[in-house]
Amino acid sequence: MSSPVPALAEHDRRDRFDRRDKRMRLDEAVQLVRDGHDVAIGGCLYSRTPWATLLEILRAGRTGLTLSRSLMCFEAELFLARGAASKLVTSWVGIGLNWGIPKLFREYIEQGRAEYEEWSHLSLGLRYEAAAMGVPFLPTRSLLGSELARTTGAKEMDCPFTGERLCLVPAYVPDVALIHVHRADERGNAQIDGPPYMDRELAAAAKTVILTAEQIVPTEALVASADRTAVPHFLVDAVVEVPFGSFPHECYGLYEAWFDHFDQYVALVDEHGAKGVEEYLRRTVDEPGSFEAFLEQVGVGVLLEQRRRAQELVPR
Amino acid sequence: MSWTVEDAMVVAGSRLLLDGRVVFAGVGSPLLASVLAQQLHAPDLTIVLEGGFIGPRMIPGKLPISTNEMRGAHGSVMLAGIIDVFLFAQRGAFDYGFVGAAQIDRFGNVNTSVIGDPASPKVRLPGSGGANDIVSSCREIFIITKHERRRFVERVDFITSPGYLDGGDARERAGLVGGRPTRVITDLALLGFDPRTRALRLEGLHPGVTAEEVRDNTGFDLQLADDVVQLPAPTTEELSALRRLRGGPEAADEQPPDGEVVRSEVATA
Repeated sequence: MSSPVPALAEHDRRDRFDRRDKRMRLDEAVQLVRDGHDVAIGGCLYSRTPWATLLEILRAGRTGLTLSRSLMCFEAELFLARGAASKLVTSWVGIGLNWGIPKLFREYIEQGRAEYEEWSHLSLGLRYEAAAMGVPFLPTRSLLGSELARTTGAKEMDCPFTGERLCLVPAYVPDVALIHVHRADERGNAQIDGPPYMDRELAAAAKTVILTAEQIVPTEALVASADRTAVPHFLVDAVVEVPFGSFPHECYGLYEAWFDHFDQYVALVDEHGAKGVEEYLRRTVDEPGSFEAFLEQVGVGVLLEQRRRAQELVPR
Repeated sequence: MSWTVEDAMVVAGSRLLLDGRVVFAGVGSPLLASVLAQQLHAPDLTIVLEGGFIGPRMIPGKLPISTNEMRGAHGSVMLAGIIDVFLFAQRGAFDYGFVGAAQIDRFGNVNTSVIGDPASPKVRLPGSGGANDIVSSCREIFIITKHERRRFVERVDFITSPGYLDGGDARERAGLVGGRPTRVITDLALLGFDPRTRALRLEGLHPGVTAEEVRDNTGFDLQLADDVVQLPAPTTEELSALRRLRGGPEAADEQPPDGEVVRSEVATA
């Protein structure tokens, strides 16, 4: 592969022999994320978040990361509190209407302790899409007239064909995209059930893709439903099997988000602020030491209940 | 059946949605109003959520908290990508865009980004999400929010989602030709825009509310339409459906889904 987008072209010139088997452990996969990297997070808000990968990056002690995502949940706060991220690029940060905006995240931004770049949902999506298309920018009718047009550095132009006013957004090339899917083969062909969000665009926009899957299946199992494949193998660098890999966030049809956990997290941070976030990280990242151990801590009862709730909503 | 000002607001919003149209709805009150319309007078109203869900039929009591979780996808006829669903909006496929607002000004500009100086914000808010995109492209924009002085301000601190900008034809001149805001629904009133100046004006009052009360709760000099109408009270049918959507009879005592506190109860005549 060789991309005409300069930021990607340099990367693509390197040898990218497409290995037949890209399976590895999660701690090996996150070695692809380096300090200072621009990391794009797949899924949306608390849906199909690559949660296991995010916790593993925190465990690896990365610093100076830029995180980008269409809508961000409380992972934003965890990365700021740990000193892992120093900049966020997104269209929205919150946990959801019932829980409001992460309190410590607000403190960081209001006190200027982290950089924050706000785009609209579509304009950020089109930035990934431009990179995915191999073009330096895309036009849109969003952002026109708003102050987001000014603060983001988007540009305006008159269409050379019709004279219409348009807003232009620049291609966004993440160093690494983290994507969690329902199933993949060992080479990285990835299938998503339900809403794809922006994952296809992220995978094609990024230099490196770390894929986690609920299940690794033989390639033949994908061939029968190849129309469901959202990410082709040649875009993917690492494949890790992680059942419940989005938990406590949801994975369409497989498990619902664990709202009680959100309640507990918000209560902890409301009461103890930054210390509450540290306490949460200690309990879910440091002490368990691995995602499997975190799930054991959660317990089979909860996992089965969340699975039952998902199956009720999305009957097979 | 007794009702709250919050009920009156959601019901008034639902009545604006006509059958056979497509509404791009944010979660909270916009979604609640949309599903209510679908259950009552607009069975063929197509709801779209920014998670990529087209035509969902949500389960009463299980409305989604976020725009992208699987509860919101229930019964959808298409689960599209996020970019795709916004591009349908940009293409002009959606009749209504329905959003909330933390701050709204005289010309219907909406702020959901920052309170105070944008360079060093006093309060960081969640941000645009899809709101900027929705109000830039859907044909008719409805904005639903609580009526408070601190929300209805002369000029928003930051234009996240453009209304009529400086008024007059400023919106069209900025290149926003896909649609325009037409209604603002609050827990006190129904507002519209002066066709020439494009300034907000009072057009309807919920039962028991006076124009004076609305003006007192507005942070700028609110104009009145020539004939300010009295909005009909929510009917028993509307209120029962609303309670089912919120999750059963006990839901009447619960916090409304967008976290706003019910200020008063008014009994229907």
